[in-house]
Amino acid sequence: MGEYVLEMLNVSKAFPGVQALDGVTLRVRPGSVHALMGENGAGKSTLMKCLIGINSMDEGTIILRGEEVNFPDTITALNSGVSMIHQELNPIPLRSISDNLWVGREPRKGKFVLDKKKMYEDSKALLAQVGMDDDPEVLVGTLTVAKQQMIEIAKAVSYDADVIIMDEPTSSLTDSETDKLFEIIRRLRDEGKAIIYISHKMDEIFEICDEATVFRDGKYVGTDFIKNLTTESLIKMMVGRELDAMFPKIDCEIGEPILKVENLSSPGWFADVSFELHRGEILGFAGLVGAGRTEVMETIFGMREKSGGSIYKDGEELDITCPSDAIDNKIGMLTEDRRKTGIVPVSSVLDNISIANIKSYVGPAHVLNHKKMSEEAAEYGSKLSIKTPTWKTPIASLSGGNQQKVLVARWLLTDPDVLIVDEPTRGIDVGAKSEIHSIITNLAAEGKGIIMISSEMPEVMGMADRIIVMHEGRMTGIVDRKDFTQEHIMELAALPTEKVR
Amino acid sequence: MTENTHVIKSGKEKKSFGAWASDNSMWVILIGLIVIMCIATLIKGGAFFLTYTNISNIFQSEVGPGLLAMGVMFVIISKGIDLSMGSVVSLASVISGAFAQDVAYSARIFKSGLVVHGFIALIIGLAVGCIVGLINGSLVAYTKIHPFIATLGTMSAGRGFALLFTQGNPVSQLNKDFTQFGATNYLGGKLHSNVLIFILIALIAWFILNQTRFGRNIYAIGGNQEAARVAGVKVEKNLVAIYAWCGTMCGLAAVLTAGRTGSANPTLGLNWELDGIAAATIGGISQNGGVGKVSGCIAGILILGILKSALIYLGVSSYYQEIVKGIIIVVAVVLDNRKMMGKQA
Ligand SMILES: Nc1ncnc2c1ncn2[C@@H]1O[C@H](COP(=O)(O)OP(=O)(O)OP(=O)(O)O)[C@@H](O)[C@H]1O
Ligand SMILES: [Mg+2]
Repeated sequence: MGEYVLEMLNVSKAFPGVQALDGVTLRVRPGSVHALMGENGAGKSTLMKCLIGINSMDEGTIILRGEEVNFPDTITALNSGVSMIHQELNPIPLRSISDNLWVGREPRKGKFVLDKKKMYEDSKALLAQVGMDDDPEVLVGTLTVAKQQMIEIAKAVSYDADVIIMDEPTSSLTDSETDKLFEIIRRLRDEGKAIIYISHKMDEIFEICDEATVFRDGKYVGTDFIKNLTTESLIKMMVGRELDAMFPKIDCEIGEPILKVENLSSPGWFADVSFELHRGEILGFAGLVGAGRTEVMETIFGMREKSGGSIYKDGEELDITCPSDAIDNKIGMLTEDRRKTGIVPVSSVLDNISIANIKSYVGPAHVLNHKKMSEEAAEYGSKLSIKTPTWKTPIASLSGGNQQKVLVARWLLTDPDVLIVDEPTRGIDVGAKSEIHSIITNLAAEGKGIIMISSEMPEVMGMADRIIVMHEGRMTGIVDRKDFTQEHIMELAALPTEKVR
Repeated sequence: MTENTHVIKSGKEKKSFGAWASDNSMWVILIGLIVIMCIATLIKGGAFFLTYTNISNIFQSEVGPGLLAMGVMFVIISKGIDLSMGSVVSLASVISGAFAQDVAYSARIFKSGLVVHGFIALIIGLAVGCIVGLINGSLVAYTKIHPFIATLGTMSAGRGFALLFTQGNPVSQLNKDFTQFGATNYLGGKLHSNVLIFILIALIAWFILNQTRFGRNIYAIGGNQEAARVAGVKVEKNLVAIYAWCGTMCGLAAVLTAGRTGSANPTLGLNWELDGIAAATIGGISQNGGVGKVSGCIAGILILGILKSALIYLGVSSYYQEIVKGIIIVVAVVLDNRKMMGKQA
């Protein structure tokens, strides 16, 4: 083996309508963490899928430990010591944690009989490694997205692979879990493993990575050691220009209350949540995973039944039993789980943008005004610079970040008074992130109310006027912008409820 | 952004024939089938297969299963299935037939006694189909039973009701008012009213799927039900409407077929649901939900119809027909899947 454990040379791959990769090169050293960087749709995931045999490359050479390889499928790749944490989670929701961890390689007694006991013990040990103490018999579908992600991580690590690919592993994790992950990554690195790390979070790159390779529009831009780079120089390599300021907060006048929530409760999830949202305000929600923020919003939006409490908009009490009621009352919600409650995978980009606003296009005799629909959808699509071969392309073939932009466009198109955004910039590249931030700020400036959940502290702190902190289903504090400090918010997020107020 | 970060084309670019063929594999199969049949009949020394009378006959005999395919297409796009269609055909035919018997004729076994105008009887037939559809839809939407199970139940019960109602006897001697809907000829016998009705239904189906909010909702529900709900689609109401449309199509198929043959029968429509599902499936309507076009469905109907009559025309035993049909269903779906996978790899 030479200097590199893995070399991918001159790899090209085309999909109908897009050249996803155009002669790119990636060289990874053992015992190092290699960042793979680039905007949404740059081809990062595609290259990794070519490596592990999900996509077949059109051209190129892959050299693993000095030998040329071309894996026909993921199983062969795994057996040769290459494992991957996928950008899109693929759990089997109705099976237990341990079934999910060992699927396809279950420990057996003899040839056929499952060794249930070993499976259980091994699962427990593996979960402990990633800092989880859940029962391995619990169904994966009942866990939060963050926990599902930690299970994926545990699984990828357990193959004892030499090359571990992590495609945006932290996009649904909070800081504490991210720290846990970094601990694992450092340990793996010290054991001499190579880690390919894909993320749009700059601070992570500088914290954990040793080297970075950058792609732009499917082309190779360059490789350098992290110590030679700065955030600015890295962003410049990615987008090809300097970027405007992040979190472009416009200070605008906070108007009268638009949404009022009183004593909202849902047993087992959260209790006594009360707050007011004003026109022109961005209200942030912070907390650890499991704090119940998402559940509160899903209840307001009619995705969950509420057991107590009331919701008022413009002073009038609302009776929302399903999302369409909420939309009729001009409330919109960008949900957390893109795949489960966001995209309609086989439908076109256009249909995915227009679906929530389709009632505005119903003309006389129930005929849809296709012209207006596609014009407006395309307008918002271009505004967010969604990268797609055509508007008729099924959304499933877009890169993860571009799918997210489609969903943002969907809700902007409904022109809501209150927009709830749950992890709005998950998986979105730096350029688009600042675009989405400025769109959100502008909406607030237009007098709309915005509720924003984000696990990225700098994001909530940069955008919000006030932050409500939750801990285990209860509000533990409301912090005004002038009092924002990371320490204060983290303290409230970890606080036992008794101490509050 | 760099110069070509968002490449947006109109989507109307010229497609190669290969691309068209892979997108429309059912039309390729259909054309291939017609060519093969023409050659086969010529070799056999028979008359040319592709005559107007032949084609018109094929259309006529496929109207029943064809309407079912138009109905179940909506259901399959929404990621459901309807097994009760054949039973609904029988139930709707005997109930509407009971209201349309010719009282003057006294030798009939089943005697209902109550006669309404043929048009009302026709509406009753549609209503019966619609009601069973509403039941199916409500079961699927509100009790969350899997559609396969829900419609398996109504399939069995529907046929049972039809047999009970008639005590197993045919409902014969239907009056002229009733039979004329499915059996009027225009242009000197060149155009049949049931074919005309089928064309009308196909146009309506196309219109609903492409031009209305309901149609868009069907695709969204089939593509990702939860996402559709979050985007404001009233999933339950739409599901009920989808199954009601399917049931109504069964009712229509029932009255047209009963009208054309002059009698209704509790065994009418036996296994038609399978023909309807087969036609839709051959036509590229995926059981995975969220995709499917009316044009494809029509191609599927024609493939099955041409196959059937051409084999009869060639004097091939009907046992072979079933075998060939089976092969075509599988081949069509394989071709369709290959297209999808081609995009992945
Ligand atoms: N299965 C597919 N069919 C068609 N096009 C595809 C498919 N998969 C990816 N693409 C296209 O290839 C390009 C690269 O996508 P890829 O997912 O590799 O981007 P990425 O760098 O991982 O972006 P992100 O940061 O958004 O995850 C995109 O333009 C995408 O639309
Ligand atoms: Mg990606």
